[in-house]
Amino acid sequence: MNVFDIIGPVMIGPSSSHTAGAARLGYVARKILGEQPVKAVIQLSGSFAQTYRGHGTDKALIAGILGFPPDDARIRDSLEHAVDMGLEYRFICEGIPGAHPNTARITLTGADGETVTVQGASVGGGNILVDELNGMAVHVTGQSNTLVVLHKDKPGAIAAVTNFMAYSGVNIGSFRLSRPQKGGTAVMTIEVDGDIPAVLVESLRILPNIIHVVLIRAV
Amino acid sequence: MLTYQRIDELCQAAEQAGSTISRVILADQAGQLELEEQAVYDQMARRLQVMRESVRTGMDPDIRSTSGLSGGDAAKMLAYAREGGICGPFINSAIARALATSECNAAMGKIVAAPTAGSCGILPGTVLSVLEAGQCTEEQAVMALFTAGGIGTVISSRATLAGAEGGCQAECGAAAAMAAVALVELKGGSPAQAAHACAMALKNQLGLVCDPVAGLVEVPCIKRNVAGVMVALSAAEMALAGIVSKIPADECVSAMYEVGCALPASLRETAQGGLAATPTGKRLKEEIFGSSPEA
Repeated sequence: MNVFDIIGPVMIGPSSSHTAGAARLGYVARKILGEQPVKAVIQLSGSFAQTYRGHGTDKALIAGILGFPPDDARIRDSLEHAVDMGLEYRFICEGIPGAHPNTARITLTGADGETVTVQGASVGGGNILVDELNGMAVHVTGQSNTLVVLHKDKPGAIAAVTNFMAYSGVNIGSFRLSRPQKGGTAVMTIEVDGDIPAVLVESLRILPNIIHVVLIRAV
Repeated sequence: MLTYQRIDELCQAAEQAGSTISRVILADQAGQLELEEQAVYDQMARRLQVMRESVRTGMDPDIRSTSGLSGGDAAKMLAYAREGGICGPFINSAIARALATSECNAAMGKIVAAPTAGSCGILPGTVLSVLEAGQCTEEQAVMALFTAGGIGTVISSRATLAGAEGGCQAECGAAAAMAAVALVELKGGSPAQAAHACAMALKNQLGLVCDPVAGLVEVPCIKRNVAGVMVALSAAEMALAGIVSKIPADECVSAMYEVGCALPASLRETAQGGLAATPTGKRLKEEIFGSSPEA
């Protein structure tokens, strides 16, 4: 939280939580997929399901999925842009038990059939928290540059990643690990201070035991 | 992050440095963000520019929200302001700017949430009005936004800025307090006077509930932005006149949070109580969303 979270964000109205936050959720989901999706299925829960049309939550989510930032005037007409850009989408209003009132679960499919499911909430003032990626717990706020690293649960996997980051002079602000099963697939969420050089991401991808690395820049 | 957790600490730091709250905030944030002060200043200057553009957009007589509930009132107010009215052109133009920004927001226009989208008209209604009236320079107006932002950061860390948590007093109330402090600094008041203005603005919005008709950021949010401008202006004027708040600003922040926690859920952005639950409020909701359970 800094002064620009208070005098800001610059956004398309009408609601920081139901419009700006929704746009950021869609944007982060698209970043995680890493390409222009051809299909989006969006499950809306709680207050999102109740009032999404009046707040333009649907338009904002689709705009984010198309890669438009929260202050992009194209949010207003994003549903038309989706048609032009070849995105097929569907909204489902169905509660997610135990989830924050403003939660969306976004499933995106890329041109080659790759699919990601991202669940997150708009937690107020345009701030978001993505807490689930393909069923695994993550912690992405989009306030700092963040690395999400999918890896095998093997000794040294974490040390290898953090060592590489240390050599690159990148300071870690927060680190979370989620491991649904011992010896299976695990996920690190690493928020850093300042920038993450693209070359660092490439270097991490070729480390042993690393399955996938996603860089989500602050938005 | 902000180094200061309390308004009195912030004012003390400014006074000890023989400086202003805005300078203290700018230096602090430049350090926290690891950026040059000029870069941080430029970012805020762009936000002032967006506020100006929101006002211009919202003054269009034909602007309407997606729901059709709001739009066009800023244009009416501006035309009236030119005639003078009871309060004169300054106040009436300030009202028009607050309406314009909020109507721009409701119509899915671009705005600066300050601190939220629902309360986005209060800083433009005050700071831009002082600037447009030639009572301060562009640079002073940009710096005033740092002052407002610093106060908002403290309120956010010690209480809340979310209507869903604290009611409208946490959104329009906090925005009015932020604006009051900015106004005092713009007119050359001391940090101590700024803190009194903050306290008086918070006190006068204490208990204000969040009861949006149909759950939309329109009725009564748009007109409550006007009330926030009036509260901010009067609190700043009282502080500049030397009037002090008997309850210090930090205690008012705590009181605001306590009152917010004590509000029933029906009056915290759920659209279940207050104006939202009036016969007309319910009828409007049905007209917009129909009577399906989904709405």
